[in-house]
Amino acid sequence: MEVFFEWFRVLYDETGINLPFLYDSYDRNRMVDGFFMTVKLSIVCLFFSVVIGVVGAWLQNSPLKWTRRIVNVYIQLFRNTPPLVQLYFFYFAISSLMPTVDNGFGGQQPMLGGFAWAAISLSFFAGAYNVEIFRAGIEAVPNSTIEAAEALGFSRLTTYVYITLPLAFRVALPSLNNNLVNLVKTTTLAYAIAVPEMLYEANQIWSDNVNVTEMMIFLLLIYFALVGVLVWGMNSWERKLKIPGFGN
Amino acid sequence: MNNRSQKILPVIMPVMMAPKARPDDRFRLQRWHGFALVAVLITASIPAFAATDPARASMFEVLQRWMPLLLKGFVFNIIISISAMAIGTVAGAVLGLGQISLIAPVRKISWLITQFFRNAPWLVLLFFAMFLLPFELKIFGLTIPLPDWLKAMFGLSLPVMANVSEIVRGGVMSLPSGQWEAAESLAFSRQQTLWRIILPQCVKRMLPPWMNLYSILTMATVLASIVGVSEVMTLTGQALAAEGGRSDLLIPFYSFVLFLFFIYCYPIARWTVRLEKKFAVIT
Amino acid sequence: MAWTDKEPMVSIRDVHKSFGALEVLKGVSLDVMKGEVICIIGPSGSGKSTLIRCVNALNDIQSGSIKVEGQEVNDPHLNKLELRKKVGMVFQQYNLFPHKNALENIMMAPLLVLKDNKVEVEKLARSLIKKVRLEGKEESYPGELSGGQQQRVAIARSLAMNPDVMLFDEVTAALDPETVNEVLLTIKELAQDGMTCILVTHEMGFAKEVADHIYFTDRGVIVEHGPPTEFFEQAKDPRTIEFLGQIL
Repeated sequence: MEVFFEWFRVLYDETGINLPFLYDSYDRNRMVDGFFMTVKLSIVCLFFSVVIGVVGAWLQNSPLKWTRRIVNVYIQLFRNTPPLVQLYFFYFAISSLMPTVDNGFGGQQPMLGGFAWAAISLSFFAGAYNVEIFRAGIEAVPNSTIEAAEALGFSRLTTYVYITLPLAFRVALPSLNNNLVNLVKTTTLAYAIAVPEMLYEANQIWSDNVNVTEMMIFLLLIYFALVGVLVWGMNSWERKLKIPGFGN
Repeated sequence: MNNRSQKILPVIMPVMMAPKARPDDRFRLQRWHGFALVAVLITASIPAFAATDPARASMFEVLQRWMPLLLKGFVFNIIISISAMAIGTVAGAVLGLGQISLIAPVRKISWLITQFFRNAPWLVLLFFAMFLLPFELKIFGLTIPLPDWLKAMFGLSLPVMANVSEIVRGGVMSLPSGQWEAAESLAFSRQQTLWRIILPQCVKRMLPPWMNLYSILTMATVLASIVGVSEVMTLTGQALAAEGGRSDLLIPFYSFVLFLFFIYCYPIARWTVRLEKKFAVIT
Repeated sequence: MAWTDKEPMVSIRDVHKSFGALEVLKGVSLDVMKGEVICIIGPSGSGKSTLIRCVNALNDIQSGSIKVEGQEVNDPHLNKLELRKKVGMVFQQYNLFPHKNALENIMMAPLLVLKDNKVEVEKLARSLIKKVRLEGKEESYPGELSGGQQQRVAIARSLAMNPDVMLFDEVTAALDPETVNEVLLTIKELAQDGMTCILVTHEMGFAKEVADHIYFTDRGVIVEHGPPTEFFEQAKDPRTIEFLGQIL
């Protein structure tokens, strides 16, 4: 392995193509940490945004007018304002209202760190889209199918769990797929509040080594690969769930 | 509404009366909701307000003082968004037509470029343009300076280009193949078919996603603050710093920025939805 | 007072039903004895589909009484599950669950609603598949079956609940002409087995062949009724005569 890494040092000496995150173990660790931070942030946000989406779509079904309205205001607010400003709003403004905690060294620190705020903010942002996606999926299930279940004596809950949700989920999957890809790309915003994710670490490396071009191209490729893996995974899931003769 | 229900044939009534998943009252924001929003923001900032030293200017006075500057910054955001949209649309249209070209290499290269810029995060592309474009361009002995905001504009037009390319391709593909066949049977050339038959029909379909993209782009212009362009977010940060980092100012200032974008983007979103519905009926 | 099969199995008395300002049923009464097959015919919009949907409580009624084996349907505290165990229904648009294959469609209600033993239910489902002549299609999804095949699965699905009376709502109206007969044959066999059936149909020949009693409805009332031979050959009401003249 070391031989492989050393080859890039030779490459640098010979051609000037500087890829320190390969031959330098310190930079390598930074890059790997950044990569896993991006993956971690993505997974946390994916999870919570889907939860927000499902709960929101369920609340939108509520018989209470004001519950539905509040959900709709949430959706419109988060969809029509810049995610970066949302992030700042959470990280600087909301966080200024929160109590601080002892950091164990006698000092005070905010209760939630950058990672937590990035996760909260981005989950709400992507969740706003997911609510609409799930709602559209639920609405796409024909009433007549629900009625058939009712005529067979299914209870409301049984109908929802066994008929509505499985069908709605299949309808929603392509849009969900798209939104989740966007979410992964949006995690780069965490850079702005100094969460050490991939872009942030790459920035550190190019500041130290003055190799912006190489780092840029590497970053684009790695995001391309990351998104590619997600798209591939979601597509194969979509295929696995596909029912012959249902949908297109 | 009443008018419509009277015309409904009795046969389909049972279907229509079947238990609905949810009552059909799509919520729309109205003017009073805006006032309600402002009221909520004010109430939310009361705790901060209460903590303020009465000797210092109240946060609303401060906000008012900075408002003209912030508005100017926001106008700059709009200018960047419109220019980036124009560049991106032209480049994207070319790339999109390349994606449906009959020449395989053109098609493949266009596809690759599209995918590459579509899958990259906007912020990374912005960095890409900021750092890799020179600070000035020399053409025929003429030196054209490339200020940061111009570079940011190019940087933002890259993802726009890729997305427009996909919109064009998607629009053309969404047309039933019968249109191509019908035109071919009438001895139209491919060029004629594309420009006279296919594209005019597609423009309508492409408009809603294109507007949606514009809205996304407008919201992405704040990313330029990360690379130091003096747009609204940068100015907000500077204003806050100039006021000595008072924490009670954070909520009103950031809310104001959110509010600016909201009143600009929400009408676009509503309009997009309306167009989508309108065109969905035709097709 | 317990119901006995000397009394009508389904007893409809002076039923009124409106959708908003539109009155669809204006006082309909009819009785169905155990083992009887009745056909309801009439022009579109005469309220015949609504009538049988009311029997199954898919639509509520404003006034009047519907009794199924003595159980009052027009009752706010109606036990819908009890009712739907007794009444099976087949729809014009089949309304199979698209994400379940034929066998699963049939098994779902007994498993989820009656909570029956899975081995038993599968045995039952396979025998029903055989009864509707769909051996070999157990694993097919609704989207892979023809309309006639889907409709036969739908019939089997209702039969799996072991109902005492079956409702058929224009079950052949959406089918291709060449598959109508296979469905009618299935219903005929069912009738010959002694199943109580209420059919809404446009198939006059079929009605004449299988029905014990025919009801003609127009604009929310029963205009004329009688045994098939009498009804088709000695219709008295001018509306009936006009309708039959158009159809035959």
